[in-house]
Amino acid sequence: MNTVVNIPFYAQLINLIAALILLIAFSMLTQRRIRSLINLFAAQGALLVLSTAIVAYSTGQPHLYYSALLTLALKVVLLPWILHRLTRALNVQWDVEPLINIPATMLLGIVLVIFAFNLAAPISQIAGTITKSTLGIALASILLSFLMMITRSKAVSQVVGFLSMENGLFFAATSATYGMPLVVELGIALDVLVGTLVFGVFFFHIRETFESLDIHHLEKLRER
Amino acid sequence: MNQAGGIVFQVLQSVLVVLIAPLMLGWVNQCRAWLQNRSGPGITQPYRVIHKLLYKEAVVAYDASPLFRATPYILFGCMWLAVGIVPVLATDLPFAPAADVVALVGLFALARVFVSLAGMDTGTSFGTLGARREMMIGFLAEPAMLMTLFTASLISQSTSLPTIVETLGQRELVIYPSMAFAAIAFLMVLLAENARIPIDNPSTHLELTMIHEAMILEYSARHLALVEWASSLKLTAYIAIGFAIFVPWGIAQPDDWRGLAIAFAVFTVKLALAGAGLAVIETVSAKMRIFRAPEFLATAFLLATLGMLTHFVLET
Repeated sequence: MNTVVNIPFYAQLINLIAALILLIAFSMLTQRRIRSLINLFAAQGALLVLSTAIVAYSTGQPHLYYSALLTLALKVVLLPWILHRLTRALNVQWDVEPLINIPATMLLGIVLVIFAFNLAAPISQIAGTITKSTLGIALASILLSFLMMITRSKAVSQVVGFLSMENGLFFAATSATYGMPLVVELGIALDVLVGTLVFGVFFFHIRETFESLDIHHLEKLRER
Repeated sequence: MNQAGGIVFQVLQSVLVVLIAPLMLGWVNQCRAWLQNRSGPGITQPYRVIHKLLYKEAVVAYDASPLFRATPYILFGCMWLAVGIVPVLATDLPFAPAADVVALVGLFALARVFVSLAGMDTGTSFGTLGARREMMIGFLAEPAMLMTLFTASLISQSTSLPTIVETLGQRELVIYPSMAFAAIAFLMVLLAENARIPIDNPSTHLELTMIHEAMILEYSARHLALVEWASSLKLTAYIAIGFAIFVPWGIAQPDDWRGLAIAFAVFTVKLALAGAGLAVIETVSAKMRIFRAPEFLATAFLLATLGMLTHFVLET
């Protein structure tokens, strides 16, 4: 009955971290405040660092330590700092109004989680790594971040959704396949960083043009 | 095990928990007072309140039916039975087979129905308002509670609490990720069911916000003492269920007298920590609007469901 007893301790730890990452993805979905949203994103990054370090230690792959350090610098320290500065500069720390109400979003989230678990089940059966069952969780947290991007109307929370989606992808890569080559990871890290900076500039332009960060204004064409 | 030993264990546990429950409430209030920079009334204050109330003359509304008089006793009886069933100090209690976790939730529901009926019985608008709110919170909290307990049941393949404790606590340490979800959901249900801060404020008598206090507004003297004592017992029972599922270490084996002493010490320490934690949660969070409560409890329910789902993905 209990096959969980037979897997090694580090794999259990990774499973626990996977569950916590999913938990954070879920609570991001229900979070109303942008400040807390950014803090949750930082916490998710910290969990990611932990899981990458555990995978690195247990499989003896030194390049994963570098990617853990990179994640720590980028997703736990730098990006949250940039986002906090942005929200302060743009003065958008208050509540975000979701497009769909929160309980409905959560129900949608549960449906997505079931979908992701079912989708990942056949894939993880053919995977050879010991932490293969975390693939479903990684997929679920990617889809949840995606849902968050769809249901939020403010640009900042959409960017946090985008970044946490990248967290999910990164987690899928480390847990299911023991990490991508370092070059790819460096490339992605740089992309995310540059993306955030570009978004930051973009925010200011959106606000200057429409005096709001609500992206609904972008749907209307208008002559200048 | 021999029958007599079990009965002694049962009596000891029931009496000890009933005596310790007001102390628990006093400890939580004292911690809250410290955190808010007040000196606080001391942790024995609930005993003094109960003592004072027991010596007062009971006043019952003119229109009150026998149900109103009977409810405090039924409430206290339900909670006492609940702490008799939950493995607080020992797993092998003669009472324990009487009810599994589902029946335990039913027992709490029985108490809730009676308090709500008594709240409406005197016909005051406050009582009715409180009863309605209580039932709204209750019907949302119950499925979340059941889902949490089912997650633990799925792991231990049983809905009986002693078996859950034995499976989780007395084997080698295994991390169950689904329990992380269940623990958070359980904490949210605990706060909602025991009228603690994000949902209800136990120390308010403001008509717009009170839920539990509104229902028991008409009670006085010995009735009120029993109701207060029962609510401290309910809090202790919930925390004990939480211990049994999430930190089940240190609960005594059958017929192990030294284990019982250790179990009592461990239980006291865990209770003190849980009380301090509860005080921290109540201090850092603000009370929610009543219409946010469904959202809070829906989150609890969905987290518990998520726990069950992760159990199927990660642990089978």
